[in-house]
Amino acid sequence: MIRFAVRRIFHAAVLLVLISLCSFALLQLAPGDYVDAMRLDVSISPGTAAALRSRYGLDRSLPSRYFSWWRSVVRGEFGVSFAYGMPVGSLLWPRMKNTLLLAAIAAIGSWFIGILLGIATAITPSRVLEHVIRSVMSALLSTPDVLIGLALLLLAVRTGLFPIGGMGLIDSGSTSARARDVAAHLVLPVTALVLISVPVLVRYVEAAVRDALRSPFIQAARAHGIAPWRILTGYALPAAANPLISLFGYSIGGLVSSSLLVEVIMGWPGLGSLLLESIFSRDVHVVIGATLVSALFLITGNLIADLLLYATDPRIRVER
Amino acid sequence: MIRGKSAIACGVLASIHGLALVANFAAPYSFAAQQREFAWAPPTSVHWLDRHGHFHWRPFVYGTNGADESRMYPLRFFVRGASYRFAGLFPSSRHLFGVDAPGVLFLLGTDGFGRDQFSRLLAGSRISLTAGWLAAILSLALGTVLGGMAGYYGGWLDDLIMRMSEISLALPWLYLLLAGRAFLPLDAPSSMAYLILISVVGILGWARPARLIRGLALSLRERGYVLAARTFGASGPYLLRTHILPDAAPVLLTQMALLAPQYIMAEVTLSFLGLGIDEPVPSWGNMLAGVQHYHVLTSSWWMLLPGIAPAVVALCCFTIADALAGRRGVVPL
Repeated sequence: MIRFAVRRIFHAAVLLVLISLCSFALLQLAPGDYVDAMRLDVSISPGTAAALRSRYGLDRSLPSRYFSWWRSVVRGEFGVSFAYGMPVGSLLWPRMKNTLLLAAIAAIGSWFIGILLGIATAITPSRVLEHVIRSVMSALLSTPDVLIGLALLLLAVRTGLFPIGGMGLIDSGSTSARARDVAAHLVLPVTALVLISVPVLVRYVEAAVRDALRSPFIQAARAHGIAPWRILTGYALPAAANPLISLFGYSIGGLVSSSLLVEVIMGWPGLGSLLLESIFSRDVHVVIGATLVSALFLITGNLIADLLLYATDPRIRVER
Repeated sequence: MIRGKSAIACGVLASIHGLALVANFAAPYSFAAQQREFAWAPPTSVHWLDRHGHFHWRPFVYGTNGADESRMYPLRFFVRGASYRFAGLFPSSRHLFGVDAPGVLFLLGTDGFGRDQFSRLLAGSRISLTAGWLAAILSLALGTVLGGMAGYYGGWLDDLIMRMSEISLALPWLYLLLAGRAFLPLDAPSSMAYLILISVVGILGWARPARLIRGLALSLRERGYVLAARTFGASGPYLLRTHILPDAAPVLLTQMALLAPQYIMAEVTLSFLGLGIDEPVPSWGNMLAGVQHYHVLTSSWWMLLPGIAPAVVALCCFTIADALAGRRGVVPL
């Protein structure tokens, strides 16, 4: 188990380094840099621009910049943000926590609903219920994520039930009051994320449960007269869990991805809104940092899925 | 073959693409025409019953975008309007439908410049649909070539291509798109932005189809007829072209039906975020971008309606993909 985990973690680390190399190379090839973006401001003379360039190290060669970037990564700084004038690390950290909070709650919510609805569609004797769930899920799957977010926002504005925009209004006060405030602000973005990610989960859960229920050992169990409920919980669901665990890793990627959009639409101060802002201002180190953190989320999700699979499925242990 | 739901889906898709082809003709106005006095006008209601309760066979609208009930403007077909080129070729000024001059017909309302949203939606469908399909073709072509080579030749080439695909799959899709978009010029003219959009989405989406095709090529190259052709001395490219590609065609078709709507959504997302196609050219994505402003969202709900167009296209494509794949495990993530 430990050897397996160590190998997977090593693999993940290599991937992250490669991603940093690729993104660094690509972003440095980009036409125009942060100082170019500033040139629209007439008060900045060519001399100032050159001075800024040398201060930020934009005039040095690519390899030397990459290595000095790595030195700052070791210090936990991930380079300097031009726009904020502070280390990227301390900029990313709170944003990362906010995105993680949003994505984790949405992941729990959408997996809960997804498993429930997926099992319901797979086992229900009612064609109507099956049809209704399928149609609603197809409609949700086809609706652009942007539209889901905006429609929810419109609903919130019209009804006035939920606070919109940002993460909280109260800066001080008791911890419980602040927590309640953040929770209220979470309702809208979490709902949007759940609506975006649940249709895929429902379809996969349904397919996995259907597959499991069709297998010969279930028929044998039925023939032995075991109660349908016990067949489902004791036999079919454990068998269906396998493909779903590997899906879990990928679903994290989907969630982080949709969360970027939801953050921008709902004004949640997460990684996504930071990335978008830094793209527009050509703040390259922030772009690279945010991209790396998003990769870290996805890779960690896959790692957890791999380890879970290793723990639950004896066949994998034999294979390796 | 094609029955029931998927037949309907094909029909709807075909008509949407047909409308996009003749967008100028089907739209009552030019997409750029501004009628400032009708800024933020809600959708015009089309009536059959007038205020006295009389029924009219020809539907009509009331004057001043429905506000002035004393004047009625019947809906006419093949009316004269702004001139354009039909299907990009023949100069014409006929429009499929419209109302006479002082009357206005805004089926989906207008934006802040008083531009007809319905006409913009039709014009935007050209951009968004072609961008989606072209990007999907690009992705599949790249994926087929690279995946086919990886699966067929194996060895270090396979390792290299698969490691590369792992790198691009290790990033969440939207982050990958934004990071890819970040290193290209942001303030490009519309036609350039269109090409940038297609290539970014198409190239960055290569990994999934490549892995799929690789798996296919791996199993196909061990088939009897492929081995036989090889013993006769057939070359790698020949085998890929004549034996492996035809067998992969159904899979490619299904992938196409899945990727195209995904990429149309990618256009919507990127343009919404301001990284895709910019004003004044309309696209499905940038038509939604205006709704980011709070006052637009609260006071002009009809600005959300363009978002339904990509949803319909996606629903049709997914239905077709389902029918092609035999309904299992084909949902995109």
